[in-house]
Amino acid sequence: MPLILGMSMLLACQMLGELLARGLAVPIPGPVIGMVILLVVLMVWGKVPNSLRASGEGLLRYLTLLFVPAGVGVMVHGALIGRDILPILATLFVSTALTLGVTAWVLSRLQGRLGKGGRQ
Amino acid sequence: MNVARLDQLWVYLSGNPLLSLLLTLVAFALAVRINKALGGTPLLHPVMLAIALLIGSLLLLDMDYATYFEGAQFIHFLLGPATVALAIPLYDHRERVRRLLVPLLLACVTGIVTAVSSTLGLALLLGARHETLMSLAPRSVTSPIAMGIAEQIGGIPSLAAGLVLLTGAIGCALGPAIFRLLRIRDPAVQGFAMGLAAHGFGTAQSFARLGAVAGAFSGLAMGITGLMTAFLLPPLVNLLGLG
Repeated sequence: MPLILGMSMLLACQMLGELLARGLAVPIPGPVIGMVILLVVLMVWGKVPNSLRASGEGLLRYLTLLFVPAGVGVMVHGALIGRDILPILATLFVSTALTLGVTAWVLSRLQGRLGKGGRQ
Repeated sequence: MNVARLDQLWVYLSGNPLLSLLLTLVAFALAVRINKALGGTPLLHPVMLAIALLIGSLLLLDMDYATYFEGAQFIHFLLGPATVALAIPLYDHRERVRRLLVPLLLACVTGIVTAVSSTLGLALLLGARHETLMSLAPRSVTSPIAMGIAEQIGGIPSLAAGLVLLTGAIGCALGPAIFRLLRIRDPAVQGFAMGLAAHGFGTAQSFARLGAVAGAFSGLAMGITGLMTAFLLPPLVNLLGLG
C-alpha cells in the first residue's frame, strides 16, 4: 500500500505540472513544474511521508536505467549528427568541459567566500 | 503436435512490449556488470554501454526504433515521476540550499552563459550549419526543454534531443577528471556542476556515484538551468543576430 500511495502523490504532482504547462503554454516540461509543486507541498507539510519516500527513493535509485530508452533514440539521429560530426563533437567536448569547470569553480569560490556552506 | 513457425513467433514477439522491456533490462544489467568489471571507469558509463548494446541488438534483430520504443516506453514513462521525486532530496537538504541560494543562482547564470557562448562560438568557428547551430545551443538542458527551445529558435528538435544525450554522456565521462584537476571535492558542488552541464545524465550519475547530497544539488541545478535557459536563450539568440 505505501508504494501505491507514494506513486499516486508523484503522479498527481506530475499531472498538475503537465496541466499547468499546457494551460499556460510555457515551454517547461510538466515533470519539472511537478517537482516544484511537490517541493512546495513538502515545505508546507513539514515532513516527507514514508510512503512517498519509499516510492520516490526507489525511482531515484534507478534513475540511470530510465534514460536508456530515450538514449537508444540517438540511432535515429545518426544521419543528422553525421553531417556535422566534427564541429559537433569538438564543440560538445570543449564546451561541456568548460561548463563543468567554470560552474564548479565559481560555486566553490563563492561558497568559500561566504564562509558558511563549505566543508573544508 | 502443432509447432508454430519461427517467423510467426517472431511476429508475435516484435509486436509485444515484452521483448523490448526484457532487452532493455538485460542490456542495463549487463552494462553495469561490464562497467564494474572494468573498475567503474566513467569513460564507459553504464548508460552509454547499455545504449550501445541495445542499438547493436536492434540492428542485428532488424527492429526499428519506433517498434522498440513501443515496449520501452513503459520504462521511459517513469522518468516523469522520477523527476517529480527529485523534490524529496531537495527538501531533505533545504537548509543547505537556502543558505547557498545566492551562490547557487550566480553559479547557475555563469554556467549557462559559459555553456551557450562556448557552444555557439566554437560551432560557428568550426563551420556548423545554421540548423545544427540552433540545435546545439540548448544542449546542456534536459531534453524536453531543449527540444522546445530548439524549435523556437529554428533548430531541429529531434537533432537537439540527440545532442542533449551526447552532452550528458560526455559530461559524465569528463566530470570526475575535471573535478580532480580543479581539486573540487565537495559532493554538493560536484553535483551542481554535473546537473547544470549534463542535466539528467549528470543527476543520475551524481546519485549513483556521489550520494544523495550530490544528487539533490544536481537535480536542483538541472531544474534551474532548464527554467533559466528556456527564458534566456531565445532573446539571447536574437540579440546575437543569429535567429
